[in-house]
Amino acid sequence: MFLVVPKICKISNHVGGNMRSKSVVTWAGVSALALYSSMAVGSKYNFPEPQSVIAKDIYDMHIWLLWICLAIFVGVFGVMFYSILKHRKSLGYKAANFHHSTMVEVVWTAIPCLILIVMAWPATKTIIAMKDTSGSEMTIKATGYQWMWGYDYLQGEGEGISFFSKLSTPKAQIENKAPKGENYLLEVDNRVVVPVGKKVRVIITANDVLHAWWVPALGVKQDAIPGFIRDVWFTADAPGVYRGQCAELCGKDHGFMPIVVEVMAADDYTKWVAGQLSASVVKTSMHIENK
Amino acid sequence: MAAVHGDAHGHGHDDHHPSGIMRWVTTTNHKDIGTMYLWFSFFMFMVGGTLAMGIRAELYQPGIQILEPELFNQFTTLHGLIMVFGAIMPAFVGFANWQVPMMIGAPDMAFARMNNWSFWLLPVAATLLISSFFVPGGAAAGGWTFYPPLSVQGGLGVDLMIFAIHILGASSIMGSINIITTILNMRAPGMTLMKMPMFVWTWLITAYLLVLVMPVLAGVVTMLLTDRHFGTSFFNAAGGGDPVMFQHIFWFFGHPEVYIMILPAFGIVSEIIPTFSRKPLFGYSSMVYATASIAILSCVVWAHHMFTAGMPAVGQLFFMYATMLIAVPTAVKVFNWTATMWRGSMTFETPMLFSIGFIFLFVIGGFSGVICAIVPIDIQVQDTYYVIAHFHYVLVSGALFALFAGAYYWIPKWTGHMYNETLGKWHFWLSMFFFNMTFFVQHFLGLAGMPRRVPDYNLQFADFNMISSIGAFGFGLSQLLFLYIMVNCIRSGEKASQKPWDGATSLEWTHLPCPAPYHSFEKPPIVK
Repeated sequence: MFLVVPKICKISNHVGGNMRSKSVVTWAGVSALALYSSMAVGSKYNFPEPQSVIAKDIYDMHIWLLWICLAIFVGVFGVMFYSILKHRKSLGYKAANFHHSTMVEVVWTAIPCLILIVMAWPATKTIIAMKDTSGSEMTIKATGYQWMWGYDYLQGEGEGISFFSKLSTPKAQIENKAPKGENYLLEVDNRVVVPVGKKVRVIITANDVLHAWWVPALGVKQDAIPGFIRDVWFTADAPGVYRGQCAELCGKDHGFMPIVVEVMAADDYTKWVAGQLSASVVKTSMHIENK
Repeated sequence: MAAVHGDAHGHGHDDHHPSGIMRWVTTTNHKDIGTMYLWFSFFMFMVGGTLAMGIRAELYQPGIQILEPELFNQFTTLHGLIMVFGAIMPAFVGFANWQVPMMIGAPDMAFARMNNWSFWLLPVAATLLISSFFVPGGAAAGGWTFYPPLSVQGGLGVDLMIFAIHILGASSIMGSINIITTILNMRAPGMTLMKMPMFVWTWLITAYLLVLVMPVLAGVVTMLLTDRHFGTSFFNAAGGGDPVMFQHIFWFFGHPEVYIMILPAFGIVSEIIPTFSRKPLFGYSSMVYATASIAILSCVVWAHHMFTAGMPAVGQLFFMYATMLIAVPTAVKVFNWTATMWRGSMTFETPMLFSIGFIFLFVIGGFSGVICAIVPIDIQVQDTYYVIAHFHYVLVSGALFALFAGAYYWIPKWTGHMYNETLGKWHFWLSMFFFNMTFFVQHFLGLAGMPRRVPDYNLQFADFNMISSIGAFGFGLSQLLFLYIMVNCIRSGEKASQKPWDGATSLEWTHLPCPAPYHSFEKPPIVK
């Protein structure tokens, strides 16, 4: 996004030099885009930078809907505030007496319906895509516990790896006895590691109460339900560390069971798998022989 | 009754009632009961507000300072329960008690003794809720939605909460049967259904919703109770049950519940906007149809609270479309209010200011509602501060602002005194400023990924949380000003004329003096 803005600014300068009316239009376009881009960069005011196809869809859909909402907002309150300013008793304005118009009612029932159809269409496509967990290249089971996550690599490269993932922020930081680090409450002892560009299916369940497995940058959130399994998928676009938190109240330490996903390049991931498997005693020798 | 007494003024046996505390314990008068409902709800508003101050104080800075996580969860849980069941709902019933008989020209509510009983159940339930903080294990800590299995884990506090909800539910059901019966049977001659004031219409529809969903809530808490103590497994997968079934049943109650809290607010605003625009309500019949459509649709959208619980794609699509559809009748209402103001002759007394503030902020809450209805976006914002911001925009600047508007609007009729207009305006602007300071930034917190119901957070959320907390303290303090204005009005306000608002047209203004006599409309007025 940083790259896009200067490029367009350059074009706009060029056009602005040629024609004046056009330059006004271009300026409006540029400022709109700049606003859009500043939203994209400043994740403090918006979703974190999307790192998967679905997260990107959600991100764009949200921005698009905000523009629609803004347009409606300006329209409705433009009329209302004009009326508030002009149609006041203190200005001597005399009240009209109209109170009914079927035509008007029909029109302003129909328009919101049309707007909603425009909103629902892209959402429908994304929902269908989100639900399609077929063709995944690896499967990981995530189990919510009070208060940590357990991970089992069920299928694909890394099959057989199994570990727990707990908050690693020291208690002293939470109790304000030590300065808080950058990833305060968003750091764990064992990260879930996945390869970049592979469709990963996550099977989610819980052991005791409800939890929810949520990684915003990957566009994935799913309740973990004891006794039932649900599944979601993601394909990470780029290597990196993506952090999330439990999103369903699960008791005392609900705020202290983060999720950290580390996305690695394919060969790094292979090395990580080898390291994990050789570290564990059981079942590992067969896997290593196969490789 | 009118035939028996035949009093020329239409109010015969004034003031023949016990005095002191027994007046209030034994009263069957709709005005007394309305007053008790309103004071009770204000007291609970203060209790729930205190809990909110505790929550915001803990969240003022990252780290655990004031409330340990377990106690924090108790605070959030009881804040929600008390505000919904103790403050907002009884306040609207208080308005119904005071206003419905006067607005339809009836002498009292249909079931006067039951009316007394439905009020006096409330303090019992409130005592159970508040005292649960002091039992072993503390109050319920599973959120106001008390999802199992977490709520099966809790201690005695959860049982107290379940009984409190039973009692509150019984009170609500009785109250709404009373309101339905009153409206359908006791209207003044000539007042057909389509001539009723909008406030009465919205309450009629709300009362039907209450009768429909409160038994469902009673059922689900009973199932929870038997799961906790009597070995059933409704919500326990190990025994063949399903925790998600709880959510379906709960939200079948819970979603109509949010409209129960907003429809009477629409009614109040629909009375105030025409009065201060000096122009009849635009599109009266479409307002009635819109209210009814919202009520009907509200019964088929419950699972939009559960998009992350996991359901088939068709389920998500159905609940998304149905939810989005609610935006249509809601938009029609906003357009009608705007058209009512258009080319009116407006003045901006406190009730009007709160009503305009209501529309302005409720629409923002409506927009975030549509955003939340879109399943893929909801997946990201569900259970984050975005949702907190959304429902406080519709419940605080929605329901609560409408209640303030209504209180300022009708207080001259109730007490015979005018409130202090300057202070009323201060109350509005302070509430408006601090409300937005508290809740607008929470949209950003939610988008950036801060979950709700957490006592502590990452440093990236620190500055917005601090702003929000300061706003919350300001908002809380501003409400003490409201208390002062009301007490001041009752004790020493200027004398009000029969119709202090020259644009008012409903029966309580055109036919009754200020204050309204203890017994009004014993002889029904004739409505043309």
